[in-house]
This record gives sequence, C-alpha cells and structure tokens, in this order.
Amino acid sequence: MSGPAYWMLLVVLSVFLGAGLMAANYMEHEGHWITGMTNQIVWGMPHVFAIFLIVAASGALNVASLGSVFNIDQYKPLARISGLLAIALLIGGLVVLVLDLGRPDRLIVAMTTYNFKSIFAWNIFLYTGFTLIAAVYLWMLFEPRMGGFSKQVGWFAFVWRFVLTTGTGSIFGFLVARDAYDAAIMAPLFVAMSLALGTAVFLLVTLSIYNLTGRVEDWEWTKKLRRLNGIFVAVVLYFVAVHHLANLYVAQHIEVERFILLEGGAITLIFWVGQVLVGSILPMVIFFSSRFDALHWTLVGVTLVIVGGICQLYVTVIGGQAFPLDLFPGMHESSQFFDGAVEQYVPSLPELILGIGGIALALMIVVVAMRVLPFLPDLSHRSGVKP
Amino acid sequence: MAIVPWLILMTALSLLASVELAGAQVLGNSRAAELDQCVEPTEFMRRNHMELLIHQRDETVHRGIRTKNHSLVECIACHAEKDSDGQFVSINAEGQFCQDCHVTAAVSMDCFQCHATKPDVNAQLTGLAIAMTRPNCQR
Amino acid sequence: MKQAPTNAVPDKKRRSFFTQAAAGIALLTLAPGVRLVDLALGKKDETAVTGTVRWGMLIDTTKCAEGCVACVEACDTEHGLTGFNRPKTDAQWIRKLELEDEQTGKAHSLPMLCQHCANPPCVDVCPTGASFVRKDGIVLVDKHICIGCRYCMMACPYKARSFIHEELSEQKPHAPRGKGTVESCTFCVHRVDRDHTPACVEACSEAGHQAMIFGDLNDNNSTLTKVLGELASKQVREDLGLNTGVRYHGI
Repeated sequence: MSGPAYWMLLVVLSVFLGAGLMAANYMEHEGHWITGMTNQIVWGMPHVFAIFLIVAASGALNVASLGSVFNIDQYKPLARISGLLAIALLIGGLVVLVLDLGRPDRLIVAMTTYNFKSIFAWNIFLYTGFTLIAAVYLWMLFEPRMGGFSKQVGWFAFVWRFVLTTGTGSIFGFLVARDAYDAAIMAPLFVAMSLALGTAVFLLVTLSIYNLTGRVEDWEWTKKLRRLNGIFVAVVLYFVAVHHLANLYVAQHIEVERFILLEGGAITLIFWVGQVLVGSILPMVIFFSSRFDALHWTLVGVTLVIVGGICQLYVTVIGGQAFPLDLFPGMHESSQFFDGAVEQYVPSLPELILGIGGIALALMIVVVAMRVLPFLPDLSHRSGVKP
Repeated sequence: MAIVPWLILMTALSLLASVELAGAQVLGNSRAAELDQCVEPTEFMRRNHMELLIHQRDETVHRGIRTKNHSLVECIACHAEKDSDGQFVSINAEGQFCQDCHVTAAVSMDCFQCHATKPDVNAQLTGLAIAMTRPNCQR
Repeated sequence: MKQAPTNAVPDKKRRSFFTQAAAGIALLTLAPGVRLVDLALGKKDETAVTGTVRWGMLIDTTKCAEGCVACVEACDTEHGLTGFNRPKTDAQWIRKLELEDEQTGKAHSLPMLCQHCANPPCVDVCPTGASFVRKDGIVLVDKHICIGCRYCMMACPYKARSFIHEELSEQKPHAPRGKGTVESCTFCVHRVDRDHTPACVEACSEAGHQAMIFGDLNDNNSTLTKVLGELASKQVREDLGLNTGVRYHGI
C-alpha cells in the first residue's frame, strides 16, 4: 500500500480519530450531562461501539483459526492480517470504553485495584491477555524459526477468545436486576455475534484493501468465508430467537418483551428492521444464494451484517436500560425520578463521534502496521491463496 | 503502559521539588497561624502529608475511623484563611495554603473535585443540634 | 491542635467534637431530649466499625404520607444535593415512589433509597472494589477508587445510584462528591458514626409521620428489631435474595 491514496486514507482516518479524541475531551471536561446518557440510561453510544469493536476483535481471528486450528491451508496466508485486525479492533474498543469512564484519569486504578468477583475485572485480564496472545501469535507467524509453534498458539488464542466473548456476554447475562438481561444465553449469543461480526469486518477490511491496491484477481477464497459468515449470522438469529421465546414464556419478562418487540418505538424498529431484516435475513439471502455470489454482493452482505450488529448492540444496551425496573410487580409506579417510565435516549454528537473515533483508531492501526510489515499476502495472478 | 515510567519520573521530580519548598507558608489569618506547629513536625508534614491523608482516607471510608489529626476536613478547618470580611477563602484558591504550594511544586491534586474547600461554619452547631434530636436512633 | 508530634492521641482528644468547642454550650444546653446514654454508647472516633452491628431501617408505608417529601429534602440539604435543574442527570439518593395497585387501585407512598443489601449486586460487579459493604452493613462507594464505569448502576435493582454528571462546587465537608463518580445513600454514615440518626429519619419524625425507624438489626433490644418483631415486613425484590437492610411494612 502506498501512493497518494494511502496518505489520503491516513488523513481521513486521522480526522476521525482527532474528532473522537476531542469529543472525549469535551465529555470529560463538561461531564456526562452533555451526552444522551442519564441516571437511567447509564451506558450509551460509546458502549455500543466499544462492545461492537471488542466482540468483532475476537471474531476477526476466525480466519487465523481456520488455518491454525482447522488446518485449512487456503487461509494460512491470511492469518497475519487476521491477527492484526483482532489486536487493532480490540484496542479501538478499549480506548472508547476507557475514554467514556467518569474518571479516565484513573485508568491506573483500574489496572491495579481489582475486585475479582466483578466480570469487568475478569474482562480486563481477558482483553489484555487476548492482545498479548494475538501479538505472540503474530510473532510466531512472522518469525520462521518460531513457525512450528504457531499451531499451539493458534489453539490457545482460539480457546481464549471463546472465554473472552463469554466474559463480554456475561457483563449483561449476570445482571439479575434487569428483565432484559439476566440470562445465561447472553454468553453464547455474544460468542456467536463475535464470529459473525468478526468475519464480516475481516472480509470488509481485507477486500477493501485489496480493492484499493488492486493486487488480486481471484476471489475464490472469499466464497467459503461468506458462506461461513451466513452460518454465523443464522446462529446469532437462532440464539436471539431462543432468548426472546424464553422471555415470552416467563410472565415476569413479558412486559420487557412487549417493549422491545412491539411497543418500544425506535427500539422496536431498530430490532425488526435493523437487526432482524437488514442485519440477519438479507445477508443470509446474499450469502447463501448463488445469484448474489459476485464480489460486490459479498461486500454488501458483510456491510449489512456490520450494520445489523450495531443495531443489535443498540437494542441490547439501550433497549435493556430504557425499560424501567419493576420494583413492585403488579403496581403502577411513578416518581420524580422517572420510575415506571420508559426512558427516551437521544445520543449526542460527542458520544457518536467518540464511538466512530474508536473505529478510526482500529483502522489506523491496521493501515500503519501494514506499511511496516507484510501482513497481506500478494494474491495477484494466482489461483487461490498461497503463501 | 509507557505512561508508568513517565509517572514515576514526574513523581520523583516533584518530590525533589518539594524538598526545596522551604518557602511554603502557613497563612496569617488562619487558625493554624496561632499554633506552634501542625499535628506533626512541619518538615514531616511538608514531605508526608499526602501519605497521612491517604492512610486516613482509607481508615475513614472503609473502617469508619474518624480521628481528626490526619483528616482532610481538619486540615482545611485549621489552614483555611479568612478574608477581610471574615469569610473563609477556598483553600485551593490562588495563593491559598494548598494551592500555593502545589502550584510551586507542580503537583496536581484532585482532592477538591470532591472535597469541600472551606470549613463548614455551621458544622459544630449543627452537630450539637443533631445530638439533641434523635427520636428513633436506638442501639 | 496544640499537641506533641506523636501518634498517641490523649484521651481528651477523643470526643473533641463535643469537648473542644461545643462543650461549654453543650453543658449549658443539655436539656431533656438529649440522651446521655447514647453519648456513652456511641462509637469512639478512633474505633473501627465492626460486624456486631448491622444498620437497617424499617419503613412503615402506612404512616408515609402521599406527597410528603420531607425525607427527600432533608437528604438533599444534608448532603448538598443541589442539582442543576436537570432531573435526568441530577443526583437522587432518596426518592418518593407513588404506587397504585393495578388490580385494586389501592395507593401506597414510600421512600426508595439504597437498600443496603447484605449481598449487593453493585459490590459484586464493581471492577475496582470501590463499591463495598462496610462491616456494619452500610453499602458505600469509595470515590477515591471509583473510575465511573457505572456498572453498579446497571446492576442495582433499585435504581438507587446516581452518576455525577457535571462539575460540582460548594460541597459539604462531611459529604465529598465530585464529577465522574457514582454515589448513593450512605445511611448518613457521618452521622451514624457519631451516633446520630440519618437525616431522612429525623425529618420524617419531625414532620410527624414516624414512618422511618433506623437502628441495629443485630440488636434484639433496639426499637427497630422490636418493631420488626411485631409488624409484618418485606424486602423489595425479595426474589433476588439480596438480604436488604431496608425493610417495608404495609405493602
């Protein structure tokens, strides 16, 4: 990658990254009242983006796992970019998460003082551990003398990221207080989401880079991946369906289901149109139908999966909080503090920009690293991917 | 985590600087000015007040120990200066006891993002008033 | 303050709160209503709290008046919760909840505050351990190590916690609070440690309702346990098994 296009891309990414940092600074300086977040919707847009990036980071390693764990030689050359993307997305997500803290200046406290019963505390280890393992994995891939170990490290990373996404899902799954969460299925749901979103992000990023550099003529290798992505999307949809069906069966949770599935206004719309139709059904049609097997359809499909993933996280994070806590079942509740009332969340610009800044940071890391080390195999004039 | 060695360096530098702060002064119109010395010898306080405060803060917040000697509230009660109208000035205002020295030493303190910067003039009276009306408090 | 530079605290320092400045006034004004026995039993400043005490509260909703916000106002005054006239982001440590039975229409009014659980979800989820249960059962936030992640607010079933959304000034010396950290009812820990009643309980009593009783759940002779022995009471969201320190009667 080189030339004016490369520098142009860097400039664009820097602008988004700079805007993100300025937004974070503004939020920290003014306090969170300038965001859409309140005492009821305590996690907002930054968390939607951060969780998206973290979950996608874990899944971005899929292609590396196909090579090292499942022994599909075709994908081994793509393991490097897979590992790089995983690290970059994770860093992007974590930075957003940290910059949204009430006291980001106390990051050192978060890194040194732990309550080991907290899933957040586990996740700090899971995330830093994942970055470390992915880095070691990259080292094995780049260093010919260490190549023999790449399989073992690949296995370790494979297991680690299942634990990681289980941890991320459990952030919500273990919240007993809220009707929308409090379900163990959140863990496998997040694992499935990571597989679907990670593959989609991997395809979008690598295909875009190949397109920009015009280094490839054979797209055969994407066929298996897009089919796989379709299967992952189906698995996510399956877990979502089971989650909602289970909730619908439990009298205690029917109200929250009525809110998300029927009466939630924007949340309901985002669920049915964004998450289910655009994010799940359309991509499956594209990925499973031979009529849409052209490269540009693949690009459309993975973009829809990504949009759907953001919608899903929005419904999960915001929808789950917007619905009021029910302290006295069977009673109509009201107070000066908005008890019993659905909270209307309007994301503010700074939050949005901070989230997008995280994406820009992740892409920036990829783009810069690619210039330093040969992460992408040269696919030009060859049939299939070869080292 | 490249920030860690940087932090250590900065802390070390600021500690060095504090050694040179012979000029840090108790302000005239404060209770402290009437006393021979602080709760510990002045030199000790200059170098170690933060340790005492951090220790006391954990003791108070987590264990409910409310001795006064090393409590921040008492530092302020004693060191806060009154202006010509007899009103307390914020201890972190420019030229005031905490701020003056911390600016010179270039050490930022975030105590006063949360903690009151002036003594509570009503505290003791209120305390007494509270003591006299405790209808339902029983052990 | 005229004291040798030593850590040994003379006896006379112990209750300096009363002795030092207020002693004269106190002696003069010791009147009916001041319970000397409480002073004698009160925790000394230098003693740490222990688990022999568990502070708790009973709220008798049959005595709580609809529309009365004496407890809320007392709390706001006591802790300097002035707010910025932005109800969605302003802090709220105690609020009045108006309830109406959806079937029968029977109305209830009650104050909702941190329930001071024995097994609090906020403490479980806090990554740094800033949320903690003090040995005497009071759930607190150590704002020195709170990073403002708000996970505790996600976890709390009672919506009892507030995040400080903007910069504050003019805090009360006994109630430090600042931007970027989470806070909630402290059971007026600064008063309780000096053997006083929480501000809300006092205000409720002064308003003539006596709907709130504060005391030691572990002490069989406290007014609180005696009343709890007579009145049926329940915990809010008992199903979660959190063993709350605040109990409700009449709902």
